Amino acid sequence: MPGKITTKERLQINRQKMPEQASTARAANFEEVNLGFTEQLALLEADRCLQCKDPRCMAGCPVNVNIPRFIGLVSEGKISEAAQCLLCDNALPAITGRVCPQETQCEIVCVRGNKSTPVGIGYLERYVADWARNHSDQLTATKAPATGKRVAIVGSGPAGLTAAGELVRMGHDVTVYEALHKPGGVLVYGIPEFRLPKKIVSQEVQRLQSAGVKIECNVVIGRTYTLPELRERFDAVFIANGAGLPVFMNVPGENLKGVYSANEYLTRVNLMAAYQFPNADTPVLHGKCVAVVGGGNVAMDSVRTAKRLGAASAMIVYRRTKNELPARAEEVHHAGEEGIQFEFLTAPVEVIGNDKRWVTGLKCVRMKLGEPDASGRARPVTIPGSEFVLPCDIVVVAIGTRANPLLTATCPDLKLNKWGNIVADEAGMTSLPGVFAGGDIVRGAATVILAMGDGKRTARAMDEYLKSH
Amino acid sequence: MHTIVSKQCLSPNVTRLDVQAPRIAQIRQPGQFVIVHHSEGAERIPLTIADADPAAGTIALVIQSVGKSTRDLVALEPGQAIADIVGPLGHPTEMIESGRALCIGGGVGTAVVHPIAQGLHKRGVKVTSIIGGRSKEWVIFEAELRRLGEVIVCTDDGSYGRKGFVTDAAKDVLAGGGIGIVYAVGPVPMMRAVVNLTKPLGVRTIVSLNPVMIDGTGMCGGCRVSVGGETRFACVDGPEFDGHGVNFDELMDRLSAYREYEQKSLACAEENCRLKQTLPS
Ligand SMILES: Cc1cc2nc3c(=O)[nH]c(=O)nc-3n(C[C@H](O)[C@H](O)[C@H](O)COP(=O)(O)OP(=O)(O)OC[C@H]3O[C@@H](n4cnc5c(N)ncnc54)[C@H](O)[C@@H]3O)c2cc1C
Ligand code: SF4
Ligand code: FES
Repeated sequence: MPGKITTKERLQINRQKMPEQASTARAANFEEVNLGFTEQLALLEADRCLQCKDPRCMAGCPVNVNIPRFIGLVSEGKISEAAQCLLCDNALPAITGRVCPQETQCEIVCVRGNKSTPVGIGYLERYVADWARNHSDQLTATKAPATGKRVAIVGSGPAGLTAAGELVRMGHDVTVYEALHKPGGVLVYGIPEFRLPKKIVSQEVQRLQSAGVKIECNVVIGRTYTLPELRERFDAVFIANGAGLPVFMNVPGENLKGVYSANEYLTRVNLMAAYQFPNADTPVLHGKCVAVVGGGNVAMDSVRTAKRLGAASAMIVYRRTKNELPARAEEVHHAGEEGIQFEFLTAPVEVIGNDKRWVTGLKCVRMKLGEPDASGRARPVTIPGSEFVLPCDIVVVAIGTRANPLLTATCPDLKLNKWGNIVADEAGMTSLPGVFAGGDIVRGAATVILAMGDGKRTARAMDEYLKSH
Repeated sequence: MHTIVSKQCLSPNVTRLDVQAPRIAQIRQPGQFVIVHHSEGAERIPLTIADADPAAGTIALVIQSVGKSTRDLVALEPGQAIADIVGPLGHPTEMIESGRALCIGGGVGTAVVHPIAQGLHKRGVKVTSIIGGRSKEWVIFEAELRRLGEVIVCTDDGSYGRKGFVTDAAKDVLAGGGIGIVYAVGPVPMMRAVVNLTKPLGVRTIVSLNPVMIDGTGMCGGCRVSVGGETRFACVDGPEFDGHGVNFDELMDRLSAYREYEQKSLACAEENCRLKQTLPS
């Protein structure tokens, strides 16, 4: 029976394992790796939560989900109330339940982690959110009366979508402009199917649309309309156009055939479904041996994609060590299981090609870790004379992205920092009245949940602004 | 959805579609392009806006059918629609405000030269156009360009106009002097030949580059080209560049990257087509 269970009993339950596709099978398909909790697993995991009076997990969550409350409702078997509670704090829980770095946010501070392992907060969030997706008819959305104020949002990534959801709930008339032909931002063009099925993104988008959010795809702000035009037509604008400008290595040979930015590689495979070629029209080059440069989530997604496209060998080339990898722990773990190789302490200096200008290898140097740099991480230092060539036929460059200047270049009075990111205060307000910004365009490439946190906080600030203007 | 309002065959493999896209029709400028996505599962392909009618809310797309994607587009009939068109993308053409300009168009590139000549003509610049094709039936946009100035037509086989390449005619026009700027749009070898001609003469030459693109917003970097020794993204930094700095060899090479895949895509489409015809419905 749910409910009556003593703390001692709770402490005796071990963390439940996420059921997943076997590593050999999944390395050859694009279906989701994690299969999700069954009801039984979810109830057991929920019972592990101690229902702390001063829950540390909540403080670790960038959108302050009421974690003990929704987990408590799960353990009492009140799944619909749990869903209502979760959705009230988090506009896209089926997405964050899959892609948040829980191990550095809510789970790292969970008290159960002191003596054993933290509560599987992310797994439970996913469980409840998936229930909500499949039972949307049983959920009620509350909406404030119409205010008559019009808001434009630039970009339909997590920041834009979250803000849109909050603002319609407050009664504003919201239009989202998206440059691509499908809404979702990085969630549709970057993060692969095997980690975040596109169907989930489109269901979450549909939920927002039925709540009243209007989405216009194929509109590039800065080209189709300018920011000054939006300011004229709307009472307020939220810029959430992401950090979509790929950074290249700036080494010789980067324009050879077979060198991709991670953005291009992943966009071909995800947004354009190149893994289904020729049933989808967009191709992607299939390599026998693929080298991915970088160590973040983008690099992990690229290398695991290469493996699934049939590469005999797919490897990460990273200039620090395993301990410094910025990717989510689960992705690194999954990648290892799938047979991904890691070349640590290695930095490329040139892409090598043959006489037909196809990639044949990556010339690298070995590194060692030196003094910590400004970010506190050990700075990699080149070992002189250590040059060698890693043979490969595809190189994917996943060393980061920067602010895309397309929109900001058409609005010179919008204040930017030296990297081209929009300057915004705590509430998301920019140097222009009525213009707010959030997500990667302000922070530089960050995370889904931080972008959502910005969307949520800024929506509140915009609501205040709209009330007083 | 963007409905096709008219369709016209311009040459054996070049089709003109006039498509509804009111906002783009209103604000597009010479040199700009759109990215077209036929339907779910299709490629996104860049196409120059060859003309626009702001009153009717339509833009003209001139499409050379070479691969599966372009074939699918030209198979559309008036009344049918293209799912997605985004634009106008890229920078408008750099124009001169007076004097004489030479516009050179090869094959389907002539459709790109047309809005440039329009823009120049509007500013009062005297335009000479040189356009070419394999033979008479491959020459396009002649009438439209004649409205804007002198036109010299060249065909490879001499079946119409001057016999020979557009570069031969260009050499003569340039020898006459007085040309302030040259615009060259067409197959890469043609643009390279024009640039080789104008470089020693020091005549500024603008070319329009057509690398593979996906998003058209500077997000993927797939459209990168080398100009003046630097990597530029054609979709946002171009598509037009100073021809004297362009690395045409690299462009040609990168354009060939997917050749094998393109053939496979076409072969598959033909196979499907045959199956559909032979299977009882
Ligand atoms: C491959 C990959 C994997 C990742 N994995 C994770 C992960 O596991 N966990 C995690 O937390 N984070 C992850 N991230 C980071 C995370 O996705 C981003 O931090 C987050 O998406 C940023 O959200 P955003 O709303 O600011 O921007 P985006 O998601 O980038 O959305 C911006 C949108 O704006 C559109 N746009 C851009 N310019 C214009 C314009 N001028 N006019 C109209 N529309 C425009 C873009 O097309 C895009 O759709 C990953 C990123 C990538 C690329
Ligand atoms: S810190 Fe852990 S145990 Fe405490 S409420 Fe949060 S999830 Fe439950
Ligand atoms: S087409 Fe993607 S950056 Fe130009």
